[in-house]
Amino acid sequence: MRYLRRLGAFSLYGLRRTGRLGIFFVTAIYYTVTPPLKFSWFVRQIWFIGFQSSLVILLTGVFTGMVLGLQGFYTLNRFGSTALLGPMVALSLIRELGPVLSALMVTGRAGSAMTAEMGIMRISEQIDAIELMGLNPYRYLVVPKILASAIALPLLTSIFDVVGIFGGYAVGGKLLGGIGKGTYFGEMANYIDMDDILCGFYKSITFGVLIAWTCSYKGYYAGFGAEGVSKATTQAVVLSSVLILFWDYIMTSILF
Amino acid sequence: MIRLEDVHKAFDGFEVLKGVSCEVPKGEILALIGGSGHGKSVILKHVARLLKPDRGRVIIDGKDLFELRRDELEQLRSRFGFLFQSGALFSSVTVYDNVAFPLREKTNWNEEKIRERVLEVLDQVGLKGAEDKYPAQISGGMIKRTALARSLVRSPEIMLFDEPTTGLDPVIAHTILDLIQRIHNELRFTGIIVSHELARVFQIVQKVAMLHDGVILTMGSPEEIMSSKDPTVRQFITGALEGPIQYR
Repeated sequence: MRYLRRLGAFSLYGLRRTGRLGIFFVTAIYYTVTPPLKFSWFVRQIWFIGFQSSLVILLTGVFTGMVLGLQGFYTLNRFGSTALLGPMVALSLIRELGPVLSALMVTGRAGSAMTAEMGIMRISEQIDAIELMGLNPYRYLVVPKILASAIALPLLTSIFDVVGIFGGYAVGGKLLGGIGKGTYFGEMANYIDMDDILCGFYKSITFGVLIAWTCSYKGYYAGFGAEGVSKATTQAVVLSSVLILFWDYIMTSILF
Repeated sequence: MIRLEDVHKAFDGFEVLKGVSCEVPKGEILALIGGSGHGKSVILKHVARLLKPDRGRVIIDGKDLFELRRDELEQLRSRFGFLFQSGALFSSVTVYDNVAFPLREKTNWNEEKIRERVLEVLDQVGLKGAEDKYPAQISGGMIKRTALARSLVRSPEIMLFDEPTTGLDPVIAHTILDLIQRIHNELRFTGIIVSHELARVFQIVQKVAMLHDGVILTMGSPEEIMSSKDPTVRQFITGALEGPIQYR
């Protein structure tokens, strides 16, 4: 009986948390699509989430492309199809790795900071202060992050894809010397169409919303003290990363 | 007018407020006194609708605070000023921008008019010259005074002060309470002040309520409270170790 009661309490707790996460999302989206937009706060977030993440995206993109070039060349060489290295690297990056890895990197770099910043604002009563000025904290703290993230993620993903494709060429084409520039880039045009690009584009937009939503939520409802903020930050990164992978599967199965 | 009717609040099963009822007439200040951890700040947060009572009502100017729509609540809160115990300043912007924030967001004033008003209020709280400093670069007393300036900058009709002088040296504490009195004389706001500076606070308020064990134990004018025969009230205002209030 005791175990049953515990199970019930745990289920109710989980249900309550999920409901709160859902309500937070619906509220945030409502304020995102209704004016006014706090433009200066939005620009600051674009700078923080987008511009400041570009270096880490560049580095991750180029190394991912290089690994793909190396692994792809090795595999395709067995079948005598190294000419298809370009489409293989590009397709992997554009449809899958670009959006997912960019989102995971942004979660680690900007998402964790979003949670920590909002968590500190929560425990130091700054969010309460905004409310008590008769202002809506969602419009200042959540909406700019959601919009900025939804705009920055596709841009960062496109940077990731482009440098990744060049990274793949640097290894497969230059370092291993197996294929020429014309073959590597020319074959891409034959195998990649707009649907592939749109697939990655849609994914990255939704990942952007997902990161800002989960990380803002965790910060907005952070617990007490430094421990509460650190716990919220860890939970935000874990939840966001898991949801990115889960949502990636859903999106892939819809867009395949 | 602020009225609390039978307000109950529990946290994780622990009942902090067990039916608080009190009233602050328009234009008056109520001093809320009582032991630490007895729920004085919790009452203030109910009046500001930062917390929702488990039972009971909070009524401001005839309207139940918890029946207001979001836009009505935002409108009502525009008339509020709240001085947080911690100051609750925005840490990423300067003293000037902290004080200017409510004016920029809630008025159509141009930057010149905002600057004039911000400098005027900063001067009133003795912070002239500290405009460009960040909260991390100023002392606890300056943080409190900046927070006070921010809460007063829009000339609120309802003011809530959560321990405005805690942690300050006696001179600054005195200055802040003087300032509250001066501004009250000027604006005639309705307010609640939570403070342990009984002697000085009793000079600026019209009513005092003592919170004890989750209820308002007694309420009256400062003179009535000072001459109260109730042993709990007597022990609290004299600070005697022996009596009904036991912390051990």
